[in-house]
Amino acid sequence: MLIPSVPPQQRALLPEGRLSGPMPWVIAILMFLTLLAAAAGLGLWRSADGIGDAIAGRVTVQIVDANPETRAATAVRLRREIAAAPYVRAARGVEREEMVAMMGRWFGDLEGEDDPVLRELPMPALIDVDFVAGDADANLRALRTLINASAPSARATPHADWLGPVAQLIRSLAWIAVALVLMMSAATAAVVMLTARAALGTHFSTIEIMHLIGATDKQVTRLFQRRIAIDTAFGVALGTLVATAVMLLLGWQLSGVTSGLAATASLGVYGWLVLLALPLFGIAVGALTARWTLMSTLKKTL
Amino acid sequence: MNATPPPVARATGAMVQFDKVGLRYGTDSEVLADVSFNLQPGSFYFLTGASGAGKTSLLKLLYLTQRPSRGIVRLFGEDLVTMPRHRLPGFRRRIGVVFQDFRLIPHLSAHDNIALPLRIAGVSERDLASPVREMLSWIGLKERADARPATLSGGEQQRVAIARAVIARPQLLVADEPTGNVDPEMAMRLLGLFEALNRLGTTVIVATHDVHLISRVPNAQMMRLERGRLADPTGALLYPPANRI
Repeated sequence: MLIPSVPPQQRALLPEGRLSGPMPWVIAILMFLTLLAAAAGLGLWRSADGIGDAIAGRVTVQIVDANPETRAATAVRLRREIAAAPYVRAARGVEREEMVAMMGRWFGDLEGEDDPVLRELPMPALIDVDFVAGDADANLRALRTLINASAPSARATPHADWLGPVAQLIRSLAWIAVALVLMMSAATAAVVMLTARAALGTHFSTIEIMHLIGATDKQVTRLFQRRIAIDTAFGVALGTLVATAVMLLLGWQLSGVTSGLAATASLGVYGWLVLLALPLFGIAVGALTARWTLMSTLKKTL
Repeated sequence: MNATPPPVARATGAMVQFDKVGLRYGTDSEVLADVSFNLQPGSFYFLTGASGAGKTSLLKLLYLTQRPSRGIVRLFGEDLVTMPRHRLPGFRRRIGVVFQDFRLIPHLSAHDNIALPLRIAGVSERDLASPVREMLSWIGLKERADARPATLSGGEQQRVAIARAVIARPQLLVADEPTGNVDPEMAMRLLGLFEALNRLGTTVIVATHDVHLISRVPNAQMMRLERGRLADPTGALLYPPANRI
């Protein structure tokens, strides 16, 4: 049992009040940071997964031809040939309007009007290709062979070339968040360990008397473990409360973001379950560390 | 020192048997050397000796907060030298200990200090109420049951400590200078409590410098330590010792 039951009369062996002074507050801060790091890690991981899913097996074929008519004709023919290939799930020609809309973000456009700059801007013909599931590298090689035979000036660029490093970076950040969670768990254990040792030192005379009159290590340990576990639970509850408030606030702010990586950041059901489990894990770490520290310290006495 | 154990060490039925016991702390020289004696059930012993002679160290071996560096210690018929640690609490519950500095738990009342051994032993609150009340009456502190140790006089605190030591009816009572912090009149009262317990069958061993105290218990046996060695290897001298060791 993480918070062992001790008869009230025996609880009185330890003076009333907080046993460990600042410990609950330190635990609260650690739990707050742990939850934020965990939430960030989970959100980043899901973003990286989302990017990975989006770019896996996706290629853009670019047809660069100075003559617009030849370019358009090549694009139509090549799209048809690509779509017919067995390793291709879908091949879609990107409409010029889509490209104009995208370019307009960078060049500026006359909203709702036919912008002369964009209208005159030379743009390549693009074909978005989705491969069927399988060996993406082999599919890409086959696609390039097809393109070389049909339209040598065209180029196939896998989306992974652009977004892969971003997804990798996000995954690295998620791993750093995992490492932070582990380090803060270790810090929590260390705080509890120091507190347990300090408590044994502070109450040494009481423990000595208890031993003299026949108390077992288990009895002494339960007494201290209970108090330390309650202090830990208090700190964990406080840290969780504040962290939840911060996460809800951030979630509310993120809900207004509709583009970019932020739009893909969410915790999902499993993420929330992990976040719910972390406070319980924190209490368990505190209680079990206290128990282990107390038992091993008491064993050094006779 | 002794090539063979003294005759008394071979006696049967002894509650405590020490045979050539030595004790050293760390790498220091021995504070107890070749100590051999027996304590018989129901007897009353005084342990005397100058400061630093090893009285407290010997008592620590008796109340099981030290193991000897060498020799054999048997308590209630069992070898304590090799006894696993987890069995010690059971033995400690058969031993009562009284200290010169009382060692009461300061934030507990007199009642709760006295009740502590019974609570540790798992006695229910209903079952311990009566013995604690009796004990408070016996030591004359019934009216001060709720008083914290800091509000009690030295003599009162020591009476509470004695009550705590004996409430679980120990077979052996060990007292380390129990009258050191009380006036002579109170010392006599405390001695009276020890004698009363002894009459009920508890083996009592009291470490003291106080010769007047020793003279008040004519049937007590006296052991005297000199520089860690028992001056009378038989450990069974009646007071006053015939040879005045």
